[in-house]
Amino acid sequence: MSASFLYYPGCSMSATARAYAQSLEAVCGPLGIALHEIDDWNCCGASEYLTLGPLQAHALVSRNLALAERQRNGTSTVVASCSLCYVNLAKTDRYLRDDPALRSKVDSALAAGGLRYDPGSVTVRHLFEVVVRDIGCDRVASHVTRPLSGLKVVPYLGCLVSRPDPDDRWTQKEQPRDFDRLIGALGAEVVDYPLRTDCCGGHLSQITAATGLDLIRRLIDAAERRGADLIATVCPMCQMNLDFYQPEVNRHFGVSHHMPVLFFTQLMGLAFGEAPRALGIGSEVVSAREALARIGVEVPVAEPVPEPVGAGVATGTGERGVTPRPRREKKPQGLPIPVMPADKEAER
Amino acid sequence: MTVATHAAPLPEAHVGAHRAPLTDPGRAFLDEITGAAGIETRLRHCIQCGTCGGSCPSAADMDHTPRELFAMIRAGMRDAVLASNTPWMCVSCYFCAVRCPQDIHIPDAMYAVKSIAAREGRSPNGAGPSFSRTFVSNIRRFGRSYEVGLVVRHYLRHFPLRIPGMAPLGIGMLASGRMGLVPHRIRGVRGLRAILDRAAELEGRP
Repeated sequence: MSASFLYYPGCSMSATARAYAQSLEAVCGPLGIALHEIDDWNCCGASEYLTLGPLQAHALVSRNLALAERQRNGTSTVVASCSLCYVNLAKTDRYLRDDPALRSKVDSALAAGGLRYDPGSVTVRHLFEVVVRDIGCDRVASHVTRPLSGLKVVPYLGCLVSRPDPDDRWTQKEQPRDFDRLIGALGAEVVDYPLRTDCCGGHLSQITAATGLDLIRRLIDAAERRGADLIATVCPMCQMNLDFYQPEVNRHFGVSHHMPVLFFTQLMGLAFGEAPRALGIGSEVVSAREALARIGVEVPVAEPVPEPVGAGVATGTGERGVTPRPRREKKPQGLPIPVMPADKEAER
Repeated sequence: MTVATHAAPLPEAHVGAHRAPLTDPGRAFLDEITGAAGIETRLRHCIQCGTCGGSCPSAADMDHTPRELFAMIRAGMRDAVLASNTPWMCVSCYFCAVRCPQDIHIPDAMYAVKSIAAREGRSPNGAGPSFSRTFVSNIRRFGRSYEVGLVVRHYLRHFPLRIPGMAPLGIGMLASGRMGLVPHRIRGVRGLRAILDRAAELEGRP
């Protein structure tokens, strides 16, 4: 029995999140999921197209929806593995359904490229949601041959799976426990982590480092304080921010965190008995080798990632030695008062 | 003209009336933002409760909290709004959006303000619009994102001092296959450009 879906991988699956793609492929079989990639899909625009031209962003996303609609074959569900791709696709579809003005503009744009899309003709879902709802934790648990017993894992869902939730799939938008249950089903020890849907900072690490790195530090710091061995994530952007930028966080704040960040598919693969290498384990910047060795999983040595310049400056005092960055001062002036039309009428 | 105070969507006729010639600069600016957002942001329904700023992970680094910014928008303070760093600090995590009692599409409103500020060259943070432009130009060229081209260009231009610390990691990413040197170009890139050009035209952008 296998469930069939259209698949929107998104750009990072073949780049920074290659390990996600590898491990997803490895667990699809046991989970009974068949993914059919949307032919010739384009980038979802991340946050960047919306920043420069929201209508262009919706048109960009709609091309993918149009291609998916054309490729429907027994299934009209599009599964996205990246949280940002998922939100962009699902949100545009929702807005197109709700807003006739947007729809007519997007129709016109698509027509210029020889395409058309009927809003609502495909359903967009996040891979994680499909796994926990359609497959279910029980079925996942039934495939576990090497329980991750003793491994303390943070179920970090990130912000965009349960928010903004364009199709009302989540009753719990801030503290959903589904990821906790999935990690538990793999036999790992679930770390209670109230920051489960806090933001990794998205693209802030690229444009406003001080703020972006602080958001990353909070998440890693909280995981460490709660005794976690590693953080599990469902999103390439979260993984990139928490993993790739962790050395820079250490430099910037003078701390020495070492908190590996793995995709939930990698953890599922491990628990299903797959070899770490087949799951892309070892390609992370902050190595998970030590953490996994504690539960008897040997990760073969890959090319060592060079130590970043200046990383040794941290004296190992940990986060408690850091003086908090000064916050902005409160402005003396009060709020501007909007002029209401009723006031103007009263003046006349 | 009456001001809607309820949270239900405005009827079509009312929306039309709202677009009639305006004297109030706040209403004009609201309309401009709605136009840029491509959707009805519902900003006019803001009750100034401040739930947005209280929910925001980056509010401490904003020069105006979201609530303040919305008051400024409705007061027609166009220049001050476009010069604000607030929308550029928005991480679009949607905490504010799911908590807003008026169902305002806050991140989309922030994107709309950013798009106007970027077009007019008024953003207080040069790296923000520039990162977006580099990203977007790669999409126009290839149809997909191209990380190596993006980060190299972006860091050389804006954060040369961060390069010595990050270069070894970048090389590690290349070695482990987490960054591809060669961009992938989609087959339908011409059609994609036609779609984007038409959307830009409808958006009133050259």
